[in-house]
Amino acid sequence: MIREGLLNTLLMLGLLAVPLIAQAMGEPFVITLATKVAILALAGVGLNVALGLGGMVSLGHAAFFGIGGYAMGILAAPVQAYEPLMTWPIEVPGTKSMPVIWAAAMAAGALAALAIGALSLRTAGVYFIMITLAFGQMLFYFAISWPAYGGEDGLSIYVRNGFPGLNTLDPIQFFALAFGLLALALLFAHLLARSRFGLALQGARQNPARVAALGIRPYTLRLTAFVISGAITALAGALFADLNRFVSPAMLSWQTSGEIMVFVILGGVGRLFGPVAGAALFILLEHWLGGVSDYWKLFLGLILLAIVLFARGGMIGALAGRQVAHD
Amino acid sequence: MTDPVLAVHDLSVAFGALKAVDRVSLDLRPGEIHALIGPNGAGKSTLIGLIAGGLRPASGRITFLGRDITRRDTAARARMGLARSFQVSSVAPDFTVLQNVTLAVEGAQGRAYGFFMPALSDRSLTDRAAQHIARVGLLNRVAVPAGDLAHGERRRLEVAMALAQHPKAFLLDEPMAGLGPDGAREFTQILDELRHEAPILLVEHDMDAVFRLADRISVLVYGRVVASGGVAEIRANPEVQRAYLGDETLP
Ligand SMILES: Nc1ncnc2c1ncn2[C@@H]1O[C@H](COP(=O)(O)OP(=O)(O)O)[C@@H](O)[C@H]1O
Ligand SMILES: [Mg+2]
Repeated sequence: MIREGLLNTLLMLGLLAVPLIAQAMGEPFVITLATKVAILALAGVGLNVALGLGGMVSLGHAAFFGIGGYAMGILAAPVQAYEPLMTWPIEVPGTKSMPVIWAAAMAAGALAALAIGALSLRTAGVYFIMITLAFGQMLFYFAISWPAYGGEDGLSIYVRNGFPGLNTLDPIQFFALAFGLLALALLFAHLLARSRFGLALQGARQNPARVAALGIRPYTLRLTAFVISGAITALAGALFADLNRFVSPAMLSWQTSGEIMVFVILGGVGRLFGPVAGAALFILLEHWLGGVSDYWKLFLGLILLAIVLFARGGMIGALAGRQVAHD
Repeated sequence: MTDPVLAVHDLSVAFGALKAVDRVSLDLRPGEIHALIGPNGAGKSTLIGLIAGGLRPASGRITFLGRDITRRDTAARARMGLARSFQVSSVAPDFTVLQNVTLAVEGAQGRAYGFFMPALSDRSLTDRAAQHIARVGLLNRVAVPAGDLAHGERRRLEVAMALAQHPKAFLLDEPMAGLGPDGAREFTQILDELRHEAPILLVEHDMDAVFRLADRISVLVYGRVVASGGVAEIRANPEVQRAYLGDETLP
């Protein structure tokens, strides 16, 4: 058993070292893989706020991931078409600026999470899973049937959006952005878990009736966490769309929701760095097993089953042992 | 006579055809322990749930500190100063003793939305929590997860959490159930001191404890209050002896 802190440090150093070595060896594809890990881990960090801290088993987080992606597409597409974003009531131009796009993506994700959460959180258990899934599917079909932004075919953005002072077309620089945001999100999630809010939220996960009897409303706690969670996952969606320079309804599909949840479960539900471990393992398996067999997801399924049955804390739990109480 | 802290008027609720609480009226006065006794299934826990807010009454009214709280939710009632314990121990099992009580302090302060305010490294929270933990004699167990506590210790933890709320009234649902004779004696002592903090509506099966602690006793049978009065009066009441205490002779 190694200390969880040491394990987390190794994990982040590994994620940082791989693209740097790849850069030195002239392997841009590996850098892109590492960037993908960082972005998907970020999506998982978002879900982990809802799932790990709040106990909300959302099978609809693709909605926020996709909303982030479409926020990027919708803002950037008018620029490459030399058109304004909208002309009424006032003329608003599109943008190719990542910080603006990120802010818009997070705001849209938060708003969607507020609406979806306000309705879904009136239910619990299996109903909550089903209703979040249903909302995700609603958005998926809406995106498919909405012709303005490519419908089923999706929307290509030919040139990656910009960030002041960086050349985002350079894979290693774009990786640095994704990695930096992941590190910030992890720091945020760490502070959140130890905050007064985090204590109340985790209390409400374990025993909502008790928390209510202490004068704190579990519904409001959960809704707040769900909104934060949606905003983080939407940020990841905007980055993912920028990585691929493409956004399509696939980002909104239930498979995407499932994959985000798989990152969290693989790594360890409620473990701060679980999504990093989970996303890394997922991408490695996809890369290796995907090359060996078309049925790699079957193997992934077996690994998942083994983790759920034998290692309840996921990879982090298996390596670092039972979660110790904070402080 | 001073105004009651808490009063229920004509309170009723039914589960299907079963009238679990049937037009119950009772009150809780400053400084007193009002015991609520009755056979299993009489509706005692249901009545506590109605008062604390987990359940909605079909009819009737609840007033607390002179205000009608019938339509307020559980959290609002708790913030006004209504502290409850549950018949089945109800704590956050993965949290340590300290975390549980810190959460209670946080709730009492009404400041659960500090996103960047550290909870457990904030001495203003944890020192206060430690005081309440000390009062129930659990100071040597602060770092133990509540789920790993012995039954009696968990009962004390619940009292510490209730104390942390600085309540204006306690609602305690069988706090001594399953404690054994020694545990019950110690716990009787704790409850006896608790009444100086706030009056207690006490559901309890342990008749020794009830007769020792209670200022007044109400007897609930099939959802109805069949008798209510001082300890001596209730002990002597033939209907109570028949309906509740059966043929057993009273201590
Ligand atoms: N949620 C519920 N749904 C249906 N019946 C219930 C529910 N809660 C309690 N009851 C029934 O109401 C009656 C009173 O229960 P309860 O208040 O727990 O009694 P006591 O605490 O006096 O033993 C019992 O017959 C019980 O089975
Ligand atoms: Mg009961």
